[in-house]
Amino acid sequence: MAAQTVASTTDTPNAPAAPAAPPVDLGPAVALSCRECGERTPLSPSFACASCFGPLEAAYELPTGDPEALRKAIEAGPESIWRYAPLLPVPADVAAKPNLNPGFTRLVKADRLAAELGVTGELYVKDDSGNPTHSFKDRVVAIAVEAARAFGFTTLSCSSTGNLAGAVGAAAARAGLRSCVFIPHDLEQGKVVMAAVYGGDVVAIEGTYDDVNRFCSELIGDPIGEGWGFTNVNLRPYYAEGSKTLAYEICEQLGWRIPDQIVIPVASGSQLTKIDKGLQELIKVGLVEEKPYRIIAAQAEGCSPVSAAYKAGHDVVRPVKPDTIVKSLAIGNPADGPYVLDIARRTGGAVEDVTDEQVVEGIKLLARTEGIFAETAGGVTVGVAKKLLEAGVLDPAATTVVINTGDGLKTLDAVAATSGPTATIRPSLEAFRAAGLSAH
Amino acid sequence: MSVSVRIPTILRTYTGGQAEVAAEGTTLAEVIADLEKNHTGISARVLDDEGKLRRFVNVYVNDDDVRFEQGLATATPEGAGISIIPAVAGG
Ligand SMILES: Cc1ncc(COP(=O)(O)O)c(C=O)c1O
Ligand SMILES: [Zn+2]
Repeated sequence: MAAQTVASTTDTPNAPAAPAAPPVDLGPAVALSCRECGERTPLSPSFACASCFGPLEAAYELPTGDPEALRKAIEAGPESIWRYAPLLPVPADVAAKPNLNPGFTRLVKADRLAAELGVTGELYVKDDSGNPTHSFKDRVVAIAVEAARAFGFTTLSCSSTGNLAGAVGAAAARAGLRSCVFIPHDLEQGKVVMAAVYGGDVVAIEGTYDDVNRFCSELIGDPIGEGWGFTNVNLRPYYAEGSKTLAYEICEQLGWRIPDQIVIPVASGSQLTKIDKGLQELIKVGLVEEKPYRIIAAQAEGCSPVSAAYKAGHDVVRPVKPDTIVKSLAIGNPADGPYVLDIARRTGGAVEDVTDEQVVEGIKLLARTEGIFAETAGGVTVGVAKKLLEAGVLDPAATTVVINTGDGLKTLDAVAATSGPTATIRPSLEAFRAAGLSAH
Repeated sequence: MSVSVRIPTILRTYTGGQAEVAAEGTTLAEVIADLEKNHTGISARVLDDEGKLRRFVNVYVNDDDVRFEQGLATATPEGAGISIIPAVAGG
């Protein structure tokens, strides 16, 4: 398949030849490019543009030519994110290396949920709780591991609201890397245990996620941080690309079609931004037909800086101090917030938030109608979908996908108080009859 | 007021590789202006064409994000530690 050559701003004629960079095989990724100003730099573990501080992202030589051949190659590929290797910053032989093979999670046609919400079109739940460590973070970490290998890092690290820490611990264990992850001190026990059980170091920081992030940024600028690959800091341009696979899978599972509306939870906004990028790339390489789609961003009211900016008509996001049961989304200073605003506005979507009570209702509604137990972030997407359907913002006749990004077993406390035994009785028929639960 | 400023890796070309430099000023705006005097070019990296803080840069004065305070008008007390940090995503 032919490759489209991407012009490089660095090859000025007559300029002295730059020293050859060490060969880094990250497949179709050929450079880093600033999402704000477009400035390009060679592939390296850098994450911010030296000119404008904008986020660097992977730039590709994407496959061009025969989309039919690309589609067949993808469909013949492994049942994991690696089927999309030609569209990711990973070497072609990625699936052969030890890794957790995340992705290709189920897309559940949610007819009972649709009936309850008054959706007349097709409603789907993309259930990413089925990943190896039970959240979408396995997708992003798998890509970061490849980058860590390519750049020779020996310690895999991250700042995390919980799920990423578990995904890093597990992926590092499988890849034979040391891991050391940083989390706020007050996370759910399920997430702390999952981060620690894989044998890496877990450091609880006295502060919020934003404090953890700040600490990690300083660690990276210090000699102590040498040899450390932070999945969401110095490896972020690669890491973030993993979220595109959600867009790829949803479209493939719908028979190579883009849904009309997608509801996505937002903490930093990275996942949402890359799902949009993934949809754009599918259109570019000709795997799906171009059509309008709406991106809806979902936040918890107790940490809704992007929703607040959207409602106020701003294009910058003022940080907040989080106070919500939705700890996975408790990022008060969302780095990709401005892009979430851009994308919601460009696609005719929306940014909305729900209360903690509505989050719990959303978790229970999804569990009761579809047998899917979501973590609090999933309660946020279901809650926001419900709220926006009721408000007439979401179109009930459209094809809608709601993303559940994590597993309810990690956030049991959210529903424990209201999900216990219906009755506690002695083991006798009489006692059962007295409890009023018999069918007759 | 004399303060110390932590410089992120991407700006260390302006400070001769130094991770921390001293500066003077009673507000963040004055501190940045003073940094520019000794490290020409640094101000245009941190501020946009309208002289506002760029949207992907986080600045802290003694652990407080200046967007919770008065932005560029945030006071910089004697001995304050100032950090300039690129935004980080994903968690
Ligand atoms: C379960 C879950 N959903 C969604 C998110 C939000 O992702 P992002 O920070 O990319 O917006 C996170 C993590 O931060 C998460 O753990
Ligand atoms: Zn830039």
